[in-house]
Amino acid sequence: MSQPIPLKDHEKDARLVRQRVIVGGVMVLLLIGVLIARLYYLQVIQYEHHSTLSENNRVHVQPVPPNRGLIFDRNGKIIADNRPSFSLTVTRERAGDWRKTLDTVVEVLELSSEERELFEKRVLQGRRPFEPVPIMYELSEEQIARIAVDQFRMPGVEVAAQLVRHYPEGEHFAHSVGYVGRINEAELKQLDPVNYSGTHHIGKTGIERFYEDSLHGQVGYEEVETNARGRVLRVLKRTDPIPGKDLTLTLDLELQQAAEAALAGRRGAVVALQPKTGEVLAMVSQPSFDPNLFVTGISFKAYGELRDSIDRPLFNRVLRGLYPPGSTIKPMMAVAGLDTGVVTENSRVFDPGFFQLPNVKHKYRNWNRGGDGWVDLETAIMRSNDTYFYDLAHKMGIDRMHDYMSRFGLGQRVALDMFEETAGLMPSRDWKRARYRQAWYPGETVILGIGQGYMQATPLQLAQATALMATHGKWIRPHLAKSIEGEMPVDPQPMPDIQLRDPSYWDASINGMVQVLHGARGTAKKVGDTAAYRIAGKSGTAQVVAIKQGEKYDSGKLAERHRDHALFVAFAPVHDPQIAVAVMVENGESGSGVAAPVAKQVMDAWLLNEAGELKAEYAPALTAEAPKR
Amino acid sequence: MSGTFDRTLSTTDVMRRRASLLQRMHIDGLLLLLLLLLAAGSLFVLYSAGGKNVELLLKQATSYGIGLGAMLVIAQLEPRFMARWVPLGYLAVVALLVAVEFVGYTAMGATRWISIPGVIRFQPSEFMKIIMPMTIAWYLSARALPPSIKHTIISLGLILTPFVLILKQPDLGTSLLVLVSGAFVLFIAGLRWRWILSAVAALVPIAVAMWYFVLHNYQKQRVHTFLDPESDPLGTGWNIIQSKAAIGSGGVFGKGWLLGTQSHLDFLPESHTDFIIAVLAEEFGLVGVCLLLLVYLLLITRGLVITVQAQTLFGKLLAGALTMTFFVYVFINIGMVSGLLPVVGVPLPFISFGGTSLVTLLSGFGVLMSIHTHRKWIAQV
Repeated sequence: MSQPIPLKDHEKDARLVRQRVIVGGVMVLLLIGVLIARLYYLQVIQYEHHSTLSENNRVHVQPVPPNRGLIFDRNGKIIADNRPSFSLTVTRERAGDWRKTLDTVVEVLELSSEERELFEKRVLQGRRPFEPVPIMYELSEEQIARIAVDQFRMPGVEVAAQLVRHYPEGEHFAHSVGYVGRINEAELKQLDPVNYSGTHHIGKTGIERFYEDSLHGQVGYEEVETNARGRVLRVLKRTDPIPGKDLTLTLDLELQQAAEAALAGRRGAVVALQPKTGEVLAMVSQPSFDPNLFVTGISFKAYGELRDSIDRPLFNRVLRGLYPPGSTIKPMMAVAGLDTGVVTENSRVFDPGFFQLPNVKHKYRNWNRGGDGWVDLETAIMRSNDTYFYDLAHKMGIDRMHDYMSRFGLGQRVALDMFEETAGLMPSRDWKRARYRQAWYPGETVILGIGQGYMQATPLQLAQATALMATHGKWIRPHLAKSIEGEMPVDPQPMPDIQLRDPSYWDASINGMVQVLHGARGTAKKVGDTAAYRIAGKSGTAQVVAIKQGEKYDSGKLAERHRDHALFVAFAPVHDPQIAVAVMVENGESGSGVAAPVAKQVMDAWLLNEAGELKAEYAPALTAEAPKR
Repeated sequence: MSGTFDRTLSTTDVMRRRASLLQRMHIDGLLLLLLLLLAAGSLFVLYSAGGKNVELLLKQATSYGIGLGAMLVIAQLEPRFMARWVPLGYLAVVALLVAVEFVGYTAMGATRWISIPGVIRFQPSEFMKIIMPMTIAWYLSARALPPSIKHTIISLGLILTPFVLILKQPDLGTSLLVLVSGAFVLFIAGLRWRWILSAVAALVPIAVAMWYFVLHNYQKQRVHTFLDPESDPLGTGWNIIQSKAAIGSGGVFGKGWLLGTQSHLDFLPESHTDFIIAVLAEEFGLVGVCLLLLVYLLLITRGLVITVQAQTLFGKLLAGALTMTFFVYVFINIGMVSGLLPVVGVPLPFISFGGTSLVTLLSGFGVLMSIHTHRKWIAQV
């Protein structure tokens, strides 16, 4: 061959490539061998198995829904469990003409055409082929019997037993635990289709909704063989679902009941917190409703009654009720005043019965028209003196006030795990500019000093602000879940603690609150006199209709529903706060006369033993010096 | 076909004497025959898998026409010409992939397309399947073999850049094939066994450490379902359970054409695309699948012969990598459908419905033909 002499490395390269090609070829042969072996295994060794599956033509994977986690109160009493219930299911693919089958069902069970429509809607919500869709829940024995007799006329229709959520305590926890309901179409788009493939209910409100992921669990599945008519012949393989996690609440069933009893049938809200832990001990919004109605689908009529009732049982007053906090805000204002230095513990203001801005005629009235004379901080809180706080607010100004009140949680969502909570409103210059395109007027600052004006807070926010007084500014978000299968809920956005220039400011303001109940001229002295321990509290009224300048509030003239809401916040015992309470009684008029006794009854239920004495663990330690106040 | 290269024996003489008509058209007869066989088989199976949908067949036939056309055009290009333009091509496709990242067209949750409305919409990643082995072959053919550590690292960089870009789209199937096609060039080029083994040995502890220290539980869960789809029988696992039943129930001789029950009763999703082998296995049994594998094996053998006979290093590396990558296609698809491998979206070459993959694959075989038919010393064969 008369070629140019091949380069040496060319030959070497060719040899190298040839070696690798051989290795590659061998690998290809080996791997093709693996494929053939695999196919041999499937098609020859396992032929019988697969052929049966295929011939019966229905290897069926059906989801096994996990059991929803149980919910307990803090002492382990059951608040939400799962109860077996019989439901009627339709599998569209097996029902032939399923609309006709539905007609038969309606005929056999003697149902109305409205229910027929509802059934049709439910069947159409089916998500996967061959999925049995429940169309009717809580079948009675008679209904089950009728279905059984006429089963042959209704292909694809079956009676299935499944676990359905049940709330044994009924309406006691409707506003905190919430309820589950059927998954609707909007929710369907958001959900993980696999994990929810066997689930028909989802948490709609409250704890059930907030902890849906933990309570739901992980779906299991069964590979089943079915005959042509859809009956399961045998289970080929089963993977058990992982049940949802059990959840222990911070709520106390007995305290909850005591708080409801304390409201004695009046419309209103009660929140009780444990200040040191942020645990919500009781959460009452009255009137309430039976959450069990919502689980299997409430009738239009029953729902209409609940929705349109003038008492608004569906309205969560604790989390969504917005009220001007009124005088209950004064202890926090006092703390802000001391820390900003606009007042001191001993500085005094003269109250002639009203406050006037310089060069303005308008008189801002004290509730006590005669005036209280010279008042200092403690007296101002004790007497709920408006003039003192008008003056304090005016000196502090809206910007600093907004800053301090925000640190107390006003105008923002304070809870860790309460889905429905609204933020309320703590106004500021920026807010007013954005909302009304107007500048801030000094007069608006003045009335904010007594919790009127734009300011709006929920009972929960008031309870939390009071708990912050009790803990001297240590922030822990109020929460309803004590533990989820032993794990504590974690706060992803903790609030910073409130740091004052001088921690003694806390006690200065708290002393005023103690005087409210235990001072000689305290506004809630009547309640304080009957207490077996020392309480720090503050009353307030939230106006429902505005009173014109110069006009006097006269309850007799006002329709019952237009009377002021009564507010009271308190914590006790003062030496070692165990419980902080906020009470709102709708149209109750008098904070100290109506709301304060409710608050005390709730605190009594928590703090006193059967003999009516302070429980030993809450009593002041013997070595500690006797309470000075 | 100028004779400047060969001084003693005129190339034109040799060509006249030895080269058949097919060779002068730069067509490899055996490859063409096998490909036409597969085309016929594809339409045959597709008629059943697609539910006797003639429109689907026409579409597939059209794709075959376009693909074979592309193959013939590419076969006319000289390998030297390819080698000259490949760096530019590589840069252009990488630029397009970056462009996809920013202005790409999104469909089905992935951003893979460049779309000029009203004109054209295409996936730049498809080009990469051909350009990638060419680039590495071009790079390594100019260096000493086996590749030194420096050249290995540069090659890996060239491979990983588009790999990561495609992976992010996300398109796991294509990115893996691109990775594999580049890696095979390194392998054919004689990358030292020591390095291959130590890379594998290093990956194992890294993976183990990742598993225990880096991955969160939900990520582990995802990896788990990926590796074992049957643990998620309501999602990905559904397909696998059904396709296994389809394959297994086919037995040795199959249920017969158009008689597969699994696929015809809609139990088998994607039966005309990625899972078409299950239809074939159900209707034609083990025998049918083995025949198909035989055709594939012949294609691969021919490819490897072309590799050994190629006269330039560029040609050798490129032909070898293209052939091996083709096999990876086959292996991943059948392995995935029969439940041996995780589910990545890789179609069965030449059988699955889908124009893009057909055109890309046939272009690859065009390159093989070009390498084989542009040899200078054809007389030696």
